Amino acid sequence: MNTTLQAPIAAVKSGASTSYNSVTDSLLPKAVIQLHEVQKVYRSGANEVQALRHVDLTIRKGELVAIMGASGSGKSTLMNILGCLDVPTRGSYLLDGIRVDGLSRDALADLRNQKLGFIFQGFNLLARTSAVDNVELPLLYDRSGIKRDSRALAMHALQRVGLADRYEHQPSELSGGQQQRVAIARALVTEPTLLLADEPTGNLDSRTSVEVMALFQELNEAGITIVVVTHEPDIASYATRVVEVRDGRILRDHPVENRRNAAADLVVLDASARPDEPEYSSESLVEVS
Amino acid sequence: MKQSTLLRLAGQSIVKNKMRTGLTMLGIVIGVAAVIVMVAVGQGAQSTIRKQINSLGTNLIMITPGTTSQGGVSQGAQTFNRLSVADAEKIKAEATTLAGVSPVINTRTQVIGGSGNWRAPVAGVSTDYTTIRDWDVTSGEVFTDLDQTSARKVVLLGSTVARNLFPDEDPVGSQVQLGSVPFTVIGVLATKGQTASGSDQDDVVLVPYTTAQARLSGFAFLGQIIASTTNASDLPAAQDEITAIMHESHNLGDGVPDDFTVRNQNDLAATATSTTQVMSWLLAAIASVSLVVGGIGIMNIMLVSVTERTREIGIRMAIGARGSDVLTQFLVESIVMSLLGGIIGVAIGLGGAMALAHFTGWTTATPPIAVAVAVGFSAAVGVFFGYYPARKAAALNPIQALRYE
Repeated sequence: MNTTLQAPIAAVKSGASTSYNSVTDSLLPKAVIQLHEVQKVYRSGANEVQALRHVDLTIRKGELVAIMGASGSGKSTLMNILGCLDVPTRGSYLLDGIRVDGLSRDALADLRNQKLGFIFQGFNLLARTSAVDNVELPLLYDRSGIKRDSRALAMHALQRVGLADRYEHQPSELSGGQQQRVAIARALVTEPTLLLADEPTGNLDSRTSVEVMALFQELNEAGITIVVVTHEPDIASYATRVVEVRDGRILRDHPVENRRNAAADLVVLDASARPDEPEYSSESLVEVS
Repeated sequence: MKQSTLLRLAGQSIVKNKMRTGLTMLGIVIGVAAVIVMVAVGQGAQSTIRKQINSLGTNLIMITPGTTSQGGVSQGAQTFNRLSVADAEKIKAEATTLAGVSPVINTRTQVIGGSGNWRAPVAGVSTDYTTIRDWDVTSGEVFTDLDQTSARKVVLLGSTVARNLFPDEDPVGSQVQLGSVPFTVIGVLATKGQTASGSDQDDVVLVPYTTAQARLSGFAFLGQIIASTTNASDLPAAQDEITAIMHESHNLGDGVPDDFTVRNQNDLAATATSTTQVMSWLLAAIASVSLVVGGIGIMNIMLVSVTERTREIGIRMAIGARGSDVLTQFLVESIVMSLLGGIIGVAIGLGGAMALAHFTGWTTATPPIAVAVAVGFSAAVGVFFGYYPARKAAALNPIQALRYE
């Protein structure tokens, strides 16, 4: 989509802090995520593991960022911190202007409910629970006190991902791609500031993966900020910006050149593939971190 | 989270695991049903005993010869029976608190008349007797003062005696022979039933005590004197008064122990009911052990459920459930389960008590308070045994919970 929204943040060498021009800052879209000097240390007995060392990261409204890295690179830790599931050991984290580090468990839960939408590799839908009930779930934990018709909102979210006609179906009656779309609807239903997707295509075949990315691109074009954690370069190529993580540091942070359009790819795929055996170039996507 | 949502969630979880929930609830069902049946049996026994004791008469005072023993040693220098008709007459004349006094002269003789003969206890009593014992006649009349003062040969038949001697006719006006003395039947007593010890109160023949003295035997001493007061509150004062009169009548000096015993029916009832009360508490206590076992079953299943649903808990936390939301969800689930079990248990318990009453002929009674306590207790079991697993669920780390396989 429009390259004007791509982050102007200079990719820097590992460990170095990100710097940007404060004059131009005011002209840029609002920062959704601001990590400053974030460290995460895990302690097990006498051992200390530095999962994140001095991470600085700013993500602005309207970006579709892919966070890439191998197993053990620290991308999962980064994801957990971004998702308010974990707090940094040192450093500060501002989510939509709210300081996250040092918040209580309950405050973190409320923040996840209000500001974030999660999409997981394993879909993580409640079994034996209808699609619409699954989508409605985050609204049931809403503590803002605003009266809303949670059922109607859930139906609307399902409509947005093209599954309105399947609202009564249970996860076991849906395909992987459909389940992931239900999960995306669940993430969207609270109108969050940020969608966080952790390996969203990891359990999907290549064609369905492109479908999901097409949906992400569509949502992103509608103005939703999305962060996708992945280790697949193909998936990252649909993003506007790629952040590469290694050894707990940001190795590279750059806009995507020759960004692919998932919707267009789908058309090509459907034209080339025989109806009974869809094919896609990279079959190496299956491996899970 | 709204309460209706919580209840719906608990309902869904219970419906999703019908078999498991059913078996878990069974522990509570059996526990509550057992408690209800045991309480019903215990209460039934108590009410039976109370009824039997009340059948002796209302606000009854019994004066019997001898003293109570102390430490197993009988007190009183000459503990032979010194109770006399004179004592009864003195009490009748002097006491101000009593509604009625009657000596009871007991003997046993062959009653001949009607279709055959019947050996029955004969009691020589005063005109107050039927009042004291709250005993009506179903036909005929009770004794008059004239019957008593003139020592007339009139008799009241207990219903058992009447039935055996006069199976098909009203005996009033017929002649019966007590031993060799002919008497006229002037009335038939209403049926009283059995005493607490199981003897038939209706197997009796009443005659005026004056007649008994003159015609049946030369009793100078008698088995007991009974009296009654109008109100239960007068009983202690009446007992004191009787004791004082008896003391004087028997010429017992100060400090000399009584050679008689004055008891009232309430003491008797209290002793009997306290015994059965202990019994029914014991039964209920044993039954409630199974309720505790049922509670442990709930705890066990809830722990399994928490482990099994770790991932679900992780999902809920990730999308914004607070620890307290998760805690409440699991707690509500265990309470719904145990409360439902409790209600089913009450139904089965009440049915069981009715069946027991039907097949054994025992009296059973279930006080509403016992039902309320049983249901309340089962809910408490749910809270108590559900809290730990729910607490465990609430304390889960969302990251680890999400990763749980």
